[in-house]
Amino acid sequence: MKRAILAIAIAALGLSLAAGAFAAGEVKNPEQRSWSWDGVFGKFDRSQLQRGYQVYKEVCAACHALQYVNFRNLTEIGFSDGQAKALAASYEVDDGPNDEGEMFKRPGRLADPLPKPFANEKAARAANNGALPPNLSLITKARHDGPNYLYSLMIGYGQPPAGVKLGEGMNYNPYFSGNQIAMAPPLADGAVQYGDNTQATVKQMAEDVTAFLTWAAEPSLEARKRLGFKVMIFLLVMTGLFIAAKQRVWRDLH
Amino acid sequence: MSEMQLKNPMLRWIEYRLPIFSFIDHSVGSQYPAPKNLSYWWNFGSLAGIALVMQIATGIVLAMHYTPHADMAFDSVERIMREVNYGWLLRYFHANGASLFFLVVYIHIFRGLYYGSYKYPRELLWWLGLVIFVLMMATAFMGYVLPWGQMSYWAATVITNLFSAIPWIGVGITEWLWGGFTVGNPTLARFYSLHYLLPFVIVGVVFLHLWALHQHKSNNPLGIDIKGPQDTIPFHPYYTYKDLVGLGVFLLVMFGFVFYHPNYMGHPDNYIPANPLQTPAHIVPEWYFLPFYAILRAIPSKLGGVIAMAASILVLFLIPWLDTSRVRSTKFRPVYRWFFVFLVIDVILLGIVGAKPPEGIWILIGRLATLYYFLHFIIFMPFLGWFERPLPVPDSIHQPVLGAAAGAAAAGENKR
Repeated sequence: MKRAILAIAIAALGLSLAAGAFAAGEVKNPEQRSWSWDGVFGKFDRSQLQRGYQVYKEVCAACHALQYVNFRNLTEIGFSDGQAKALAASYEVDDGPNDEGEMFKRPGRLADPLPKPFANEKAARAANNGALPPNLSLITKARHDGPNYLYSLMIGYGQPPAGVKLGEGMNYNPYFSGNQIAMAPPLADGAVQYGDNTQATVKQMAEDVTAFLTWAAEPSLEARKRLGFKVMIFLLVMTGLFIAAKQRVWRDLH
Repeated sequence: MSEMQLKNPMLRWIEYRLPIFSFIDHSVGSQYPAPKNLSYWWNFGSLAGIALVMQIATGIVLAMHYTPHADMAFDSVERIMREVNYGWLLRYFHANGASLFFLVVYIHIFRGLYYGSYKYPRELLWWLGLVIFVLMMATAFMGYVLPWGQMSYWAATVITNLFSAIPWIGVGITEWLWGGFTVGNPTLARFYSLHYLLPFVIVGVVFLHLWALHQHKSNNPLGIDIKGPQDTIPFHPYYTYKDLVGLGVFLLVMFGFVFYHPNYMGHPDNYIPANPLQTPAHIVPEWYFLPFYAILRAIPSKLGGVIAMAASILVLFLIPWLDTSRVRSTKFRPVYRWFFVFLVIDVILLGIVGAKPPEGIWILIGRLATLYYFLHFIIFMPFLGWFERPLPVPDSIHQPVLGAAAGAAAAGENKR
């Protein structure tokens, strides 16, 4: 009886947790893919992250900021100190005021965040037909089923089905809420030239940039899973010892 | 208090001047007698206490790195996640720890409901537990606001707006809570201050809860009184070791979430910075508030909803008197047992309704489930107590535990 209650409770709890994820309208569910960082031992693929950074830098960065990533963080995805410094120095950054009270420009440093494409929200909207390109530093955590959603969105553009009227300057994408998105299809075959001879197909670039943005949203993911495995092993052993100790203490009772 | 035999001279020196060791021994040690038949369902009280301590410990460190300002709070949380050493671990620990704390407390409450732990002479013990629960809800709600994401902001807006339903003075109260004319920086600052304060108030009420518990000792699966020393065993070592087993399992579950699904119980919208100009498509609270959220929305008037939600908790204060049954434990109540199962299902159903947008069939289900919730306590509890014929209750805890054939059957489902 009590076991039945427990089973019902656990099953229903699981249901209610799953129900917490909302389902709104006729938005297409993202394509379910397996990613290198899935699972207990999941890891990022460094060369994929670097390709993803290249896609971000050459395509997305024209409109989307990545405010929580600094140039120094790029060493975490396999760039050397020198490479990250050179990347930083290729940007002009506002600094100041200097001793004369003037703002000035200087080459970027490792400590600088990646530069923002627009000075403020108004400027971003003015340049994008009124739409605001979201900051991408947390995007895979800020959307339900983030990585799959992002990937599906990148490759999901298409012709609207008959009867669907698009707004002015809007594009059809079944994965986007409302199926109309202001962003034009960002990727086209060969949009970037990969240094490692990987074919820059739309799917490849979508996959790479999804990996990069997943890392950007959760740079501690690998450390978390590594530490987690050790902690879980420790806790399993500890719980086993607790059970044994409890049995021993209770054995002499009655 | 009896003299304590301490071998260590230093401890003896302290004990002579401040009898703290015998105090601990009498509170949770070898001098505290507990019924010998407590099952693993009795683990959840001590687990809740441990969860509270873990929340305070992680919270204090998080507070060292957090900035309670509307313009900086979100960034400071991301700073904790990215720059602070093991900051991601602290924050995921604190966020998932809160969820697991509620899970443990809900099991603890339903355990009390099943075994009649609220009945004479434990009414005040039950009340103090409910006070802790209400304080926990306030603390958790204000903590959820602190990251200042979209859900933080809009949850704060929805919940504080509930007070505006109070006639005449409601709007005044709401603006007083906000510290302005909308949820804003003053709201965040005071929520932060109170989120730091309330856990220590909870600690205080926990001590009262334990004090009341120790007066009449733990209830037990048979729901009968302790008749003498043959019915009890010392809390230490028996229940300290048994509680450790529960703690191990609890930590495995909690760290499973922390390390492998840290955002499972959160909402993605809270990784979007608060934007007062853009309402999220669905504003949903954390899972542990969903049943109450469903009751709130079940009544088609704002004031009515607020009253129903408050009543859903207040009614729990009355059940020591609403329950007219002569026996405590539902184990001996063949009819009420089913009603207990229905109540559990009803509360879970309310939770599911709370997560759904209030449309279509969910409105009706939410209303029926809300109605059933109140029917259970106000109608079924008193009437079943009068009309139900309980099964024969064993004479003592000692006898069934000793394993006489009849006793074993009575205690059959009960793990040692």
